[in-house]
Amino acid sequence: MTAVLQVKGLRTQFATDSGLVVAVDGVDLSVNEGEVLGLVGESGSGKTITALSLIRLVSAPGRIVGGRVMFDGKDLLTLTEREMVRLRGDRISMVFQQPKASLNPVRRIGAQIAELFEYHRGLSCRAAMVQAVDLLGRVGIPAPDRKALAYPHELSGGQAQRVMIAMALALKPRLLIADEPTTALDVTIQAQILELLLDLCRDTGTAMILVTHDLGVIAQTADRVAVMYAGRIVEERAVTDLFDDPCHPYTRALLASMPVQGDVRDRLGAIPGSVPPPGRMPLGCRFAPRCAERIRHAMTICDREEPVLYRVAGGLSRCWLAAPAVVRS
Amino acid sequence: MNLDANPAPAALAAYDDPGIVAGPPRGGFRAMLRRLWRHRSGKIGGGLVLLIIFCAIFAPWIAPYDPLKLAMLDRLQPPSLAHPFGTDELGRDLLSRVIYGTRYMILVSVVSTGIAATGGIFLGLLAAAGGRWTDLLVMRLVDIMLAFPYILLLLAVIAILGPSLITALVAVGIAAMPGFARLVRGETLSVRESEYVEAMRVLGAGTLRITFRTILPNIASPLIIYASYTMPLAVLSAAALSFLGLGAQPPLPEWGAMLVQSRSFLRTSTWVVAAPGFAIFFAIIGLNLLGNALRDVLDPKART
Amino acid sequence: MMVDLLTLDNVSVHYPVFGGVLRRAKRWVRAVDEVSLSIASGQTLGLVGESGCGKSTLGRAVLGLRDLTGGTITFAGDQMATMTEQARRALRRDMQLIFQDPYASLDPRATIGSTIRAGLDIHGIGTRAERARLVTETMRQVGLDPSLADRYPHEFSGGMRQRVVMARALVLRPRLVVCDEPTSALDVSIQSQILNLLKDLQQDLGLTYLFISHNLAVVEHMADHVAVMYLGRIVEIAPRAELFASPRHPYTQALIRSIPQPDPRHRNPPAIAGDLPSPDDLPSGCRFRGRCPYAMGTCATAEPPLLGGPHKAACWLMDKDHTQ
Repeated sequence: MTAVLQVKGLRTQFATDSGLVVAVDGVDLSVNEGEVLGLVGESGSGKTITALSLIRLVSAPGRIVGGRVMFDGKDLLTLTEREMVRLRGDRISMVFQQPKASLNPVRRIGAQIAELFEYHRGLSCRAAMVQAVDLLGRVGIPAPDRKALAYPHELSGGQAQRVMIAMALALKPRLLIADEPTTALDVTIQAQILELLLDLCRDTGTAMILVTHDLGVIAQTADRVAVMYAGRIVEERAVTDLFDDPCHPYTRALLASMPVQGDVRDRLGAIPGSVPPPGRMPLGCRFAPRCAERIRHAMTICDREEPVLYRVAGGLSRCWLAAPAVVRS
Repeated sequence: MNLDANPAPAALAAYDDPGIVAGPPRGGFRAMLRRLWRHRSGKIGGGLVLLIIFCAIFAPWIAPYDPLKLAMLDRLQPPSLAHPFGTDELGRDLLSRVIYGTRYMILVSVVSTGIAATGGIFLGLLAAAGGRWTDLLVMRLVDIMLAFPYILLLLAVIAILGPSLITALVAVGIAAMPGFARLVRGETLSVRESEYVEAMRVLGAGTLRITFRTILPNIASPLIIYASYTMPLAVLSAAALSFLGLGAQPPLPEWGAMLVQSRSFLRTSTWVVAAPGFAIFFAIIGLNLLGNALRDVLDPKART
Repeated sequence: MMVDLLTLDNVSVHYPVFGGVLRRAKRWVRAVDEVSLSIASGQTLGLVGESGCGKSTLGRAVLGLRDLTGGTITFAGDQMATMTEQARRALRRDMQLIFQDPYASLDPRATIGSTIRAGLDIHGIGTRAERARLVTETMRQVGLDPSLADRYPHEFSGGMRQRVVMARALVLRPRLVVCDEPTSALDVSIQSQILNLLKDLQQDLGLTYLFISHNLAVVEHMADHVAVMYLGRIVEIAPRAELFASPRHPYTQALIRSIPQPDPRHRNPPAIAGDLPSPDDLPSGCRFRGRCPYAMGTCATAEPPLLGGPHKAACWLMDKDHTQ
């Protein structure tokens, strides 16, 4: 199993009015060929900044200050911006949450897709357009030759996202990063788009990092899952293992707080409190102040020292409960 | 219910949305003053403006001479220890005249802008809150006023009211009104569609209450910023009118009038022109820098 | 026998689309099209649908914020259309709204205390001291520390802001609360806090909810009855358990199947193809027929009414006379 992407110790920080804030604090990730890695977390977890950091789209006042992002044998963090520009769209591409905001509103969509072929593959205008129309057809846009002449505002949300996906996968990249690609879409359209993403990635052999807050979406699409909390990865498992037997208390609490269709409960498990603000991280485990299991097991180490990622069945968990007993004492 | 009630700063949500580069503006008057204090160019602007205000208040105590006292024996003296800015063609001390001139400058900027703002807010609110026809009528009126060349508009008002400092103020105020009206109308229309305004309607609030208690405070920031840009314009316009002889009449130590009377001495006794000229220059720079700082502090998203 | 607090009878809200030189109404967007439903006192009716189905418009219409193009709304036995201006104003105290976006629905220039107190000020309820007491009490009920009343909205997180929104609505002690996607803008873990709170408050204050959401799982958790909307019409309405156990309308079935379940072993293929038709250019007959796997001849000619007993669906498949 070859790793398409290997991230070690990624750190991204922001300069704000209230000082330096670390949004991504030492993240390790890897994605294998053709695999779908789900990156799940709530707001403030740092998942979007992580995704943007991977392809170096973080702009001031944010800065990547540490780590290595190994792709194709090179550390992306050491490349020049010119080299990154050549990579983006070609070997790594990205799909964003708001498709219409990511499309140029004054250019026809066919031309926008064709531009990729012209820039990265040196095709002529006409040849590129042929590819663009073909691609529109493959993402399920009806009458692609006519729709290629449309402007983004003439498309529905679902269609615009299909265009984004077409652009992202046009050049058969090795890695696709999808940041909340279906959050802004209706649930019936969401299902279509997710299936489209999976099918196309399978066809082109593209690995995908799917960033989302929706655990249901993760369950339906991912092969492996990394759960983020307060800038760190707290659990990383194979998807079936994660849902069968979640290890980290945050993951468990998250699953317990989701209303699940077909499973009506009187009360949802709520997680008290809120995510600690980046400037005021607690000493010790970042989730400890809100952790019910810490209380249940009468743990004292949790608020003194922060755990590292320990091995659990099928993955890793950043929790003292997962640590071997000898380490805990 | 055992729920944790600790509030967390909303800025947290910003870190998962790269589109938000600066955090949300900190509210509270004190926080705003603090940020203004830290602003680099704002300090210079604020300093200049404070200096002008200080001079205006304490003029009788800090001005070395009576600004109106003639002293024909000392006319056109270059700057010296006795007269740091020199004297003008009638022997009056220029430093004292500049210091007393700050009063007129403040009068001009505050009164003109006040007239413009009051009229503009009234027209703007009327256009935004009234029906389609009111909006149409008011905005066409505003368009007509804007279509006139600025100077022409000023001259028209002066022609009706006669030349004097007061009429100059009124003229400048009227000429600046349409700008305010447009701004107020635009801001009101956009704020009116906000959910928090809708919330007030759901609670049963009437149009008046919504306009004055909810909408007005929320459009205050752009208005303040616009006012801070209108003030230097008002100062310049009043000076221009004085220059044309249609504003402040001699012997008032209004800087524009001083410029007019000293025109002929530009080459021979430059200081007579330089004193009021630089005074106007620094006053406007100060107001502009302060305006920029206010804009940066009140509306960070509009930073250019 | 439960009394109906709110009854909608053939309610329609149509918007004209102006065009042409003379700016006449060329087409009409039928945002809400002949909707009839009722909510019994103390119950929750879940209103479900995707974007453009008209659920938000319907919620606003119930509150009297939209003019009706047709039909009547009856609240506590009184028809809203026949009310005097005074009665309508008084009605504001009985019906309130909880908004979707806690960031946009709070006045950024007002302290949360004054925001919550606004309803009392507007209706002139009680003395200053009494208002302060009511505000404090309501804040405690929604889980807010009353000492935070002097803070501004931007100092709070989304979940806390939503509590302020709730307090603002509840300080008037309304009987009906329209909840328009109250948790859609919140994180999952905060969402559960708010949903639990909504349920508790319903019990404690005897509230009736019109709960609007696009999230079926949330609706299943909250509602007693569920109505499904599509392009302005109600296509299915039933008691909650029945709707989810045996959905009758093909759209409802597709909607339920489309929910991404947190079960990696059961991956469903998308249940429905195609996009929504444009709301101002609806197909003839049943508006769902373009995407319906069971479309028949009748579906193109006549729009099906809501058929059935307590469990109704607007589908010709329900009518034995019409099924081919």
